[in-house]
This record gives sequence, structure tokens and C-alpha cells, in this order.
Amino acid sequence: MSVLVSAGVDSAVIAHRNLLNSWRTPGALITGIVQPIIFVLLLAFVFGGRLGGDAYREFLIGGILAQTLTFNSSFTAVYLAKDLQLGLIDRFRSLPMSRVAVILGRTTADLATSVMSMAVILACGLAIGWRVEAGPWQALGAAALLLAFTFSVSWIGAVIALTARSVEVAQSLGLIWLFPVTFISGAFVPLSSLPGVLRTIAEWNPVTAVATAVRELFGNGLPPGFDMGESWPLQHPVAYALFSCVAIIAVFAPLAVWQYRRIGR
Amino acid sequence: MIRLEAVSQAYGSFRALDGLSLSAGPGEVLGLLGPNGSGKTTTVKVISTLLQPDAGVVTVNGHDAATAPDAVRRSIGLSGQYAAVDEKLTGYENLQMVGRLYGLSRRDAATRAGELLEHFRLEPVAGKRAGQYSGGMRRRLDLAGALVARPPVVVLDEPTTGLDPRGRMDTWSAVRSLSAEGTCVLLTTQYLEEADQLADNIAVLDAGRVIAEGTAQELKDRAGSARIDVVPADSTDSERAARVLERASGNIEPAVVEAGGSRLGVPAPRGEATLAAALDQLAAAGIPVAEISLRRPTLDDVFLRLTGTNAVPAGAGDENGGAPNASDDTPEPVAAGVGGHGRQGVRS
Repeated sequence: MSVLVSAGVDSAVIAHRNLLNSWRTPGALITGIVQPIIFVLLLAFVFGGRLGGDAYREFLIGGILAQTLTFNSSFTAVYLAKDLQLGLIDRFRSLPMSRVAVILGRTTADLATSVMSMAVILACGLAIGWRVEAGPWQALGAAALLLAFTFSVSWIGAVIALTARSVEVAQSLGLIWLFPVTFISGAFVPLSSLPGVLRTIAEWNPVTAVATAVRELFGNGLPPGFDMGESWPLQHPVAYALFSCVAIIAVFAPLAVWQYRRIGR
Repeated sequence: MIRLEAVSQAYGSFRALDGLSLSAGPGEVLGLLGPNGSGKTTTVKVISTLLQPDAGVVTVNGHDAATAPDAVRRSIGLSGQYAAVDEKLTGYENLQMVGRLYGLSRRDAATRAGELLEHFRLEPVAGKRAGQYSGGMRRRLDLAGALVARPPVVVLDEPTTGLDPRGRMDTWSAVRSLSAEGTCVLLTTQYLEEADQLADNIAVLDAGRVIAEGTAQELKDRAGSARIDVVPADSTDSERAARVLERASGNIEPAVVEAGGSRLGVPAPRGEATLAAALDQLAAAGIPVAEISLRRPTLDDVFLRLTGTNAVPAGAGDENGGAPNASDDTPEPVAAGVGGHGRQGVRS
């Protein structure tokens, strides 16, 4: 028990340090604010007209939320890689502190960036005509699910940083995998529009489940003519999304801690 | 306090440590001296649990680094080659964070941070971000971080590399006061003068093993005796002067005559006594002398003799006063000045 308490305290100390760092580097946060705005405007007005107008914009917000919060794992990769490049991690590793704290402090602090991104997207959504059609508890549930998912994928970002060990490599590796993962999904298009194998991948892609679950919880419907299919994850998006969060953490958190212990080899 | 037994570590085919054994007790300053790539930093990593060696036993403060790494971490303070400070945090926040991570309560961490800032003369900049500090201030902050938990063992990896003379003096006096308080200090350095000044014991590393160990004096003794250099006022006297000097030094070996007789050298087995005898006998023989000096072996000579390489690679040579001869005259007075200033600074 005391092990858990000290891991919690150490992680909180590191998370506090990370938040102070972000707060004092406002330039770095601009990406987290501007990128979602750009995506909302591009997709809503460049593709939106062809894909269903107002109905598509209602559909879009859940997808943008899932996509952006997945992308935020690249922040984890870059910030952690930055710390690894400084001597600071050696100092941390020489201290009698929990071996999980440096990474857990990072992934929890990065939740703050995601809350900010989420607020920006919801504001953009309201501006272009999107509305919450369900009750407040369900809407809060959608927000909680999004945060759980962004938290879990930021452990993937941590593993990338610990593998790359340089900021440049972490920056490109941390971003490149996110394009296929977020676009081969039901975040922006109906799954029926995807060919064979891609469709199967998209059906089982957790990003699809998150986007679908968020739309369901916000009470947003599909534009006319959009067919997402009858696969199990789409029938049970909330359950599958939560299962994905747990599975991703179960795989990547131990991997990250194992790598952290092995730094310097 | 620190004990390494037959520690080996390989990176691929490169043997960074090759059966290294070391030990240091309470209040002792152990200097690790060696060229780049000799295994100094790897030794530091092994002692501070950053690296689990392939073979051998590492014990710190009675705890085995392999089986009780957390106990070792609690006993140790590490200050690395590059200052490990968070540039976005203030000096105070940096130390407070380290204190919290050592397990101090919020209040104790704050108190300790204040003490250390005062101790290292960082109080005026305590509320400024470390990114705005000078190089010397950052190193002091980093060193302060290593001392937050008052550890019985402090490990300093090249603590003065890249510091200006004032910064070096500060670090030296900090090391001296730690050792006076009974802390066991292990420090690595490329600077022979630094090891000479600070270390009670010096281990000379080469290719991952200890090739010589002892006090600075013992190591210098191994490098041979002191020498006398003479420049006669008139170089036509050089043959006669050579005979006189050989007699004064006890006829051990013939005098070395350089530059067409303008400079002569003989061993000085009895140090100053040989120098006095040479002066007397040259005067008695009526040979005027333009310059005469006694040159003791420096750790540079030790290094050259032991490794066949220069201890200090290109670029760092100026740190040792340039010419090897110069270092014999300078260390004593410089050191006295250094200790005085630094101590004033560090004691609160």
C-alpha cells in the first residue's frame, strides 16, 4: 500500500512540474489549440458540403474529438523525449522514487492539454451548429471516455519516446502512426465507403469505437445515407472503447516502465 | 561506504569496465582520474544505480546495488556531468521538487531548499528560473540537488568541467566541507590538479580498470624523483657546470645538456637539499647562473608514465596551466587562495 502511496505522491510531484513547464512554455500549447480548430473548419466546410452539410457537421464533432485526443499522444512522446535528452532523467533515476512516476506524471499532466483541446473543439462545434442532444450525465460520460482514451494512447507516446530517445525521432515517430490510425476509422466517413480489408480494420479500430460512443453519448445521429455496418464494436461502442483503453494501458504501461528501468544500457 | 568488486560492463564489444575494484570510506574523497573513455562515467552510473553491471558487486553504505537499489539511492547524491536542473523551474522549485522525490514532506522540502539556496549563495536568484542562471550557478544548483537528503555518499561526475575559476573554487570548497562533515565523496575528473588538490586517494583508470592507486604523493613518487634545471649565465660554462651538478646530485646519471649548453638538467633525489647543494657548489666553482629551478613530478608525469597517453586531451590542456613545468610552482599558492575564498562562500 505504501508503495502505491509513494508512487502517487512522486507522480503528482512530477505532474506538477510538467504542468508548470507547459504553463511557462505557452508557445508549445498553440498546436494543441490551433490544430483542432483547423481540422474542424477544414472538414466541416471543405468536405462537409459534399458529405451532408449540417448533418455531417453534427456527425463530425465526435470524430474530431476522437482524432485530436488520439493525436495528443504525440505531445507525450515529444515532451518525454525532451526530458530524456536532458540530464534531468538521470537525476530522477538516481533518486529513491517510484519507477513509474516520471511516465505517469507525464501522461497525467498531458491530460490537461487534452482537456484544453476538447474545450476548443466543443466551442468550435457550437459555433458551426453542433449541439448536445442527450442529457448532461451522458455528455459528461462522453468527456470522461475521451479523457480515458487520450490517457491510454499517451502511454504509446511514452513508449515511442523511450524507444526513440531523441526529440527529432520521437517527434516524427510519435506523429506518423497517428495518420493511418485516425483516418482508417469511422471518425470522418461512413465505414460502408471503405474497401474490404480497410473496412474490417476500421470496424475494430478503437478510434472508430470512441468516435461512435461519443456521438451516441452526445445524442448525435448519422447523416442520411451513412452506413456504419453491424460489426460487434459498432453495436457496443462504449464497452469496446473502454475495453480498448484498458488493453492499451495493460500493454504499454508495463512496456514503458520496463524501458525506463533499462535506460542507459 | 563505496565498494566495487570486480565490476565489469560491456557495451557490445567495448569493455567499458573490466574487473574494476574500488573502495572509499566515510569522510574520504576518492578521485577517479582517467582519459575520456577510460570508464569514469560508467563507474558513476554503476554506483548510482543508473546501470546494472554485467558482473561484479557494488555496495554503497552497506547496501547491495543489485538487490537493494532503493536503499542505495537513499544513501547517495548524484551530480552529473551536465547540470541536471529544470530550466523552466526556479532554483527554489528545483530543490523543493528533488526534496519531495526523496520523500520529504512538503514543509521539510521547502525548509531544506531554503537552507541549500543560502548555503550555495543562490538566495538572490531563488525565485528566478534556472534557465536564466549562469553556468556556475546552474552547477551549484545541481550540486545542491545532490545534497538535499544529506546523503552519506556523494558522487560527482566531472563537477568542474566547463566552469570558470571562481566556479571551480566554489565546487572545491564544497567538496572539502562535505568531506570534513564525514561524507564519502567520489569524484571523477580529467584535471590532475583537481585530483591532487581534493582527493585523499586517487585511482587512475585506463580501459575500464584501475592501473594505479594511492595518494597524490605516492603516485608522484612512482613517477620518479624531482629534477633540477639550470640555465648558466654563460653557455661556455656548461661543461663545467654539468660536472658540478652531477656531483651535487650524487653522480646518479650524466647531466642532460640541451640547446647547445644553454640548459642543463640533473635528477634531484633529495629535493630541496639537492637544490641547495647545487647552488652552493656552483657558487664555489664561480659559475654564474641565470636561472635555476626544482621541478617535482606532476600527476601529468604519472599519467604519461602509466598510460603512455596524455591525461588531458586537446583543448583541456590550458586548464592545467599550459606547460607541465608551470604546474609545480603554481598549485600551492593558488590552492591556498582557492580554499579561502570558497569556504567563505559556502559556509553559512
